[in-house]
Amino acid sequence: MKKIFSISIIVALALFFTACDKLLDLEPYQSISEELSLESDANVKSVLKGAYAQFDDLSIYGGCLLRNAELLGGANECLWVGTYGGPRQIFNKQMNSSNEDATAQWIDSYEVVNIANNVLSALAVVDEADRDRVEGEALFLRSLMFFDLVRFYAQQYQTGSASTQLGIPLVLTPTRGINDESYVSRNTVEEVYNQVIGDLITAASKLPEDNDVYASSGAATALLARVYLQKGDYAKGRDAANTVIGSGAYELMPDYADVFNNDDNSAEDIFATQITTQDRLSSMTEFFSTTEFGGRDGDIEILDGHLNLYSPGDARRDLFWLGNGGMRSGKWNNLYGVVNLIRLAEMYLIRAECNQRLGTAIGATPLSDFNAVHTRAKLAPATTVTLAQILLERRLELSFEGHRIHDQRRLHENVGTLLYTDPRLVFPIPFRETEANPNLKAQQNPGY
Amino acid sequence: MKKILLLFFVVCGLLLPANGQQKAVTGTVTGAEDNQPIIGVTVLVKGTTIGVVTDVNGKYQINAPAGSTLEFRYVGMKTKEVVVGTASVYDVALETESTILDEIVVVGYGTQIKSKVSSSITKVDGSNLQNMPVASVELALQGKSAGVFVESLNGKATGSTRMRIRGSSSVTASNEPLYVVDGVPLSTETLNQSGAAINPLSTFNFNDVESVEILKDAASAAIFGSRGANGVILITTKKGVSGDTKLNFNFQKGISQASHRREFLNAEQFVSYFEEAAYNSDLYEGYDPINNPSEYSGSWLQFVRSRFNRYDGWATYTDPELAVNTDWQDQAFQTGNLTTADLSAQGGNDKLKFFASGSYSNQEGILVSNGIQKVSGRLNLDNKVNNFIDMGLALSITKTIIDQVSADNAFSTPMQLVALSPITPVRDLDGKLYNTPTTTYYNGLIDVEEANRDISNFRTLVNSYLSFKLMKGLNWRNEFGFDLYSTKENARYGERTDSGQGIGGYAFANYGENQNVSAKSYLNYLNQFGSIGISAVLGSEYQYTVIDNAWAEGQEFPLDDLKTLASAGLISGASSSKTEYSFLSYFSRVNFDYMAKYLVTLAGRVDGSSRFGANSRYGFFPALSLGWVISKESFLTDNPTLSFLKLRASYGLTGNAGIGNFRHLGLFGVDSYNGTSGLIPSQIANANLGWETTRQIDLGLDFGFFKNRISGEIDLYSKNTSDLLLDVPVPATSGYTVQTQNVGSVTNKGVEFVLNTTNVSGEFTWETSLNFSYNRNKVTNLGGQEVIDEGSSRFMNVVKVGQPLGVFYGAEYAGVDPDNGDAIWYVNAKDEEGNVIDHTATTADFAEANFVVLGNPNPPFLGAITNTFAYKGIGLTFTFQGVSGNKIQMAGDPYMAANATWFDNQTTDQLASWKKPGDITMIPQARLGYSNGDQGRSSRYISDGDYVKLRSAMLSYDLPASFVRKLKLSGLRIYLQGQNLLTFTKFIGWDPEVSSDFAVTNITSGLDFYSAPQPRTILVGLSINL
Repeated sequence: MKKIFSISIIVALALFFTACDKLLDLEPYQSISEELSLESDANVKSVLKGAYAQFDDLSIYGGCLLRNAELLGGANECLWVGTYGGPRQIFNKQMNSSNEDATAQWIDSYEVVNIANNVLSALAVVDEADRDRVEGEALFLRSLMFFDLVRFYAQQYQTGSASTQLGIPLVLTPTRGINDESYVSRNTVEEVYNQVIGDLITAASKLPEDNDVYASSGAATALLARVYLQKGDYAKGRDAANTVIGSGAYELMPDYADVFNNDDNSAEDIFATQITTQDRLSSMTEFFSTTEFGGRDGDIEILDGHLNLYSPGDARRDLFWLGNGGMRSGKWNNLYGVVNLIRLAEMYLIRAECNQRLGTAIGATPLSDFNAVHTRAKLAPATTVTLAQILLERRLELSFEGHRIHDQRRLHENVGTLLYTDPRLVFPIPFRETEANPNLKAQQNPGY
Repeated sequence: MKKILLLFFVVCGLLLPANGQQKAVTGTVTGAEDNQPIIGVTVLVKGTTIGVVTDVNGKYQINAPAGSTLEFRYVGMKTKEVVVGTASVYDVALETESTILDEIVVVGYGTQIKSKVSSSITKVDGSNLQNMPVASVELALQGKSAGVFVESLNGKATGSTRMRIRGSSSVTASNEPLYVVDGVPLSTETLNQSGAAINPLSTFNFNDVESVEILKDAASAAIFGSRGANGVILITTKKGVSGDTKLNFNFQKGISQASHRREFLNAEQFVSYFEEAAYNSDLYEGYDPINNPSEYSGSWLQFVRSRFNRYDGWATYTDPELAVNTDWQDQAFQTGNLTTADLSAQGGNDKLKFFASGSYSNQEGILVSNGIQKVSGRLNLDNKVNNFIDMGLALSITKTIIDQVSADNAFSTPMQLVALSPITPVRDLDGKLYNTPTTTYYNGLIDVEEANRDISNFRTLVNSYLSFKLMKGLNWRNEFGFDLYSTKENARYGERTDSGQGIGGYAFANYGENQNVSAKSYLNYLNQFGSIGISAVLGSEYQYTVIDNAWAEGQEFPLDDLKTLASAGLISGASSSKTEYSFLSYFSRVNFDYMAKYLVTLAGRVDGSSRFGANSRYGFFPALSLGWVISKESFLTDNPTLSFLKLRASYGLTGNAGIGNFRHLGLFGVDSYNGTSGLIPSQIANANLGWETTRQIDLGLDFGFFKNRISGEIDLYSKNTSDLLLDVPVPATSGYTVQTQNVGSVTNKGVEFVLNTTNVSGEFTWETSLNFSYNRNKVTNLGGQEVIDEGSSRFMNVVKVGQPLGVFYGAEYAGVDPDNGDAIWYVNAKDEEGNVIDHTATTADFAEANFVVLGNPNPPFLGAITNTFAYKGIGLTFTFQGVSGNKIQMAGDPYMAANATWFDNQTTDQLASWKKPGDITMIPQARLGYSNGDQGRSSRYISDGDYVKLRSAMLSYDLPASFVRKLKLSGLRIYLQGQNLLTFTKFIGWDPEVSSDFAVTNITSGLDFYSAPQPRTILVGLSINL
């Protein structure tokens, strides 16, 4: 009897929990499966929203990407005094391939690319009424990534040699696993520009003119204007800018100061990163401002080399302020304000520059466009204008908004003592990337 | 596979024989030498928890099954075993013992006699941990076992630790051992979000510990299967004993101070050094504002003086009468103090035995506004229901209340005050703390006065059991364990703090809870068949853990005095989350011995876990160990010199499942934009994701000479971990940065040596205990990659094939060009394979210097020596402990020891910077605003990490028994105790025992970044026994 009892206990013990294999079948709470994410109209639209949620990462359009363009270009105009090592290397033009900012921008940008590719792969399940818009937004975001990647990680587009210049890898399909195709190589600068231009033209044709704060046809065309300008295709740049201005969808704010530190887009914003207290913060404010406005300690000081460029009475000069013992840009004093990415004034300046260069007056004369921006800054209208004046106007109007190094490259200006083609002005392909992908290791930028 | 194993276990179980009957046994226990009765000898029915204690006449009475073995245990005596036969009276004489070779050790799911153990286990007696002035149990273990590395990350009162048993075996998965308290796996996930991670082990009162067993090799840890690869710490708390209730009260009071300070420039030095630096920058740019006054305007010299005028606040830095000389380092530290009171009671009768304790401690740390209070209670009950059923409970509740400071990388952490300028007064003339722009950076003292981060941790730990005696030697034990660990934090930052500035003050509230439930059922068998002894365990276990978390944050407070989120004008964020995991396991172990001379142990576990993919959800972890007690062979018995000799060998597999949950799934997570949420891909699927497996071989030798007056152990081991759970970096162009895969391997090979000696015995005794170990850690494969470098411009820990985990990888500093004062580095030109081909060329362009391996952050050599002296109630014991062979990255020095690159106050050694052509120095010319050698990723900022510390010391006096008896007490001790009393090191920073808390990972370690030094603690104590 006792033996039977013992045996039954042992058997019971062995079977204890065996029927409970499902005890191991646990599902996550904060995530859902890949398949589910792309199976319905609503879900694909959520993934598109996810692309924006990634796009506003601090390392990219939350602000650091713009900051880095200023630090890399800024010689005698601004001073990095912060403690972070990454920006310091960028400012000193002494990057190494482990630079954290160069690494983060690369990673975050391609995350946006992959999300956009996921959306583009699942357009079939999107309601027909919204399909064009969804496609256009995804193409816009992907183009924005590719364009800024090629601007930071490759040499300036050189007419004639762009088809041999190393650009950045174009990834056009969503990642479903890591396989041979994941080990991409760099496309040429020409291929990247062609892809971006083609996609933006498609996006502009598919996007609505008004699309809340998300990418609109105006945003796609405006970005296209910027791409053409960077490439040196002035006629197309002019025409794209002209299309945006002519749409009448945007207008210059009467007061320069009102363009910045807004919680929402102003009438002048064509496309801007939306920041709310619920999601992230403005890295431009974080670094350009001081603790008084929720920034760090005032990591970037503006120097006389920049401040002395303004004429007396320039409203844009008045925006600079003294904080934490140094001069600060007044554009970035709202930790949860929008980060202005493309605004109408830039379109006027592109049209003016291109018309001036081409000797044309499509849409308006260069002088008229120049004055539109110039007089808004409370300055007397000019009666004549030169290319140099337009370029200076651009430099002042768009100062510390992420344009500096790209303009220096495009205009073949020295950066301090460095030639605009100096390898030290080009970001390294991140070390982690060249280690993870031998194809890119063979294509590292010179000097890294 | 799993089914077959189950069947195997069932069959094994059925083969176990059955019989057994209880009988009352009595007897007297005496000392073999003096024939005097001994009070308090533990008499145990071996292999069970049935036990009694001898009374004042040395007599005992116990119910024991015929054929069972009685164990007689008494501290300082050899344990004796008697098999219960037909007689009912067994008188026993115990012989004095010079070593502890025959003690009982706790192993997984049972106990064993140490001399019969054939695997590598270190036992630390609870008495060695009592009342140590440290925050958590693993720190109390520091230096007490060979091959076990334990360090505090820094000197914060709440600081976390790193523990490695026989090196790091994993790159991505956890390298921390498994902690098991009375059979319940302890939750060690941290839940707080303010400041650095709080050590969850601080919510365990180690004064309640009876013993700690550290399972080091595969043979001992395999029974813990997929969580055994990093070793297992088995903690057993005190149990009740029948007899008169014994009370112990202990009280301590002490103070602590920073064990080391660095030297910084004083105001005068600061001004002259920075003026020199500014002038150098002018000359460097081709201007000379001193000799050509016209060049003064716009010069660096003018700039530096304008900064001085800003930094000196109300003072006048140029006027000795009106200048200040602030020692900011002094502002960061305070004299800490410590008070503890601990009361425990132990007693019971044949039916019910109990251990109860209550404890309170309050420790103010050495950093301003940092401290920890701890309250805990415990009740352990063992009830003998009848002759067949035992049940019991171990219950403890602990609360810690922590005054948290920011992590090491925050401007607001007290240690970063050292960056501020000595010419800056602490306060303005209204008594308000100065802040930027007067201070160079945020003044962290504002956090001290105008912020608070209160964190409470609760832990309720319960283990209950119900045990049936099925037949002679066979017990069926069922256990249910529950571990509830929770963290509640309320942080409030006033309007002037850096977190609250610009947003009208800031508050953060968080609640996190970790519930861990485990149930197990197992059979325990113990029997002796003539010369053959058998013990066996067979059972199954289920564990489920769920972690919940909810937090909210707010800003825009009308007043700083309103302390909670209720007063926030804007709730700027809130979230909750939940995650869970489970393990389902079957385990067994069988020990055979022949005449306690030839030992064989087979152990194994089948583990299933929710953490792994459907294709590899179960793993099997077997181990075999063999032992030969050579001294029991006839040719060695009664050998006058060699009293004990045992050879051990073991081989086995253990696993590591210490990764996050759901890593095998392809997932989309949620992120928001413009106030609405979206889905983003977060993880690529890997349905094949399985265990990381460690194969370990261990060879050991236990020895004793001269009646074990000299005894020790030597172990050689080789651990090979393969199929690493590695976050393999994938091309980021895929949209992902890592995929968790089973690729790569790491090896750890080492030797451990333990020696215990009784140098002098008699009225005056002197005992020495020494342990020493060497571990060689090497990453042997990373699945094709050569280097995983998630480092940056400042930090340089990487994973590199052929090197120890986390080696420093950066530019090799070559010093200073004597001609111009430029910092220079070796180019270290490399060939195609990455080998350095030229070690002579140098460059002043940092970007041109190739990265090379600069040192190992993990010390390969560990050692400790403890000496204990006793004479007529006076005792002195002290432990020196040290590490050697490691390097530390001085990650804060690129700011504070950077020849005045920027305005951070500098350490005084920077004054020796290059001054004129021909100067030979390692410190480049000071040039304000220029990076001249301050690049963080360079060997300029690597320092030797070797140290020897007088880790602990205690001088005690037990008052004479005659006097104590007059007070109606059974013992009275007063003592003086110290911790971290002396440090011998060449390290140039605060403390070589460091791994900055904001960045500590498997890879990132040995980083010093404004990390507080360990506290030097001195206390007086009083212990009363009743």
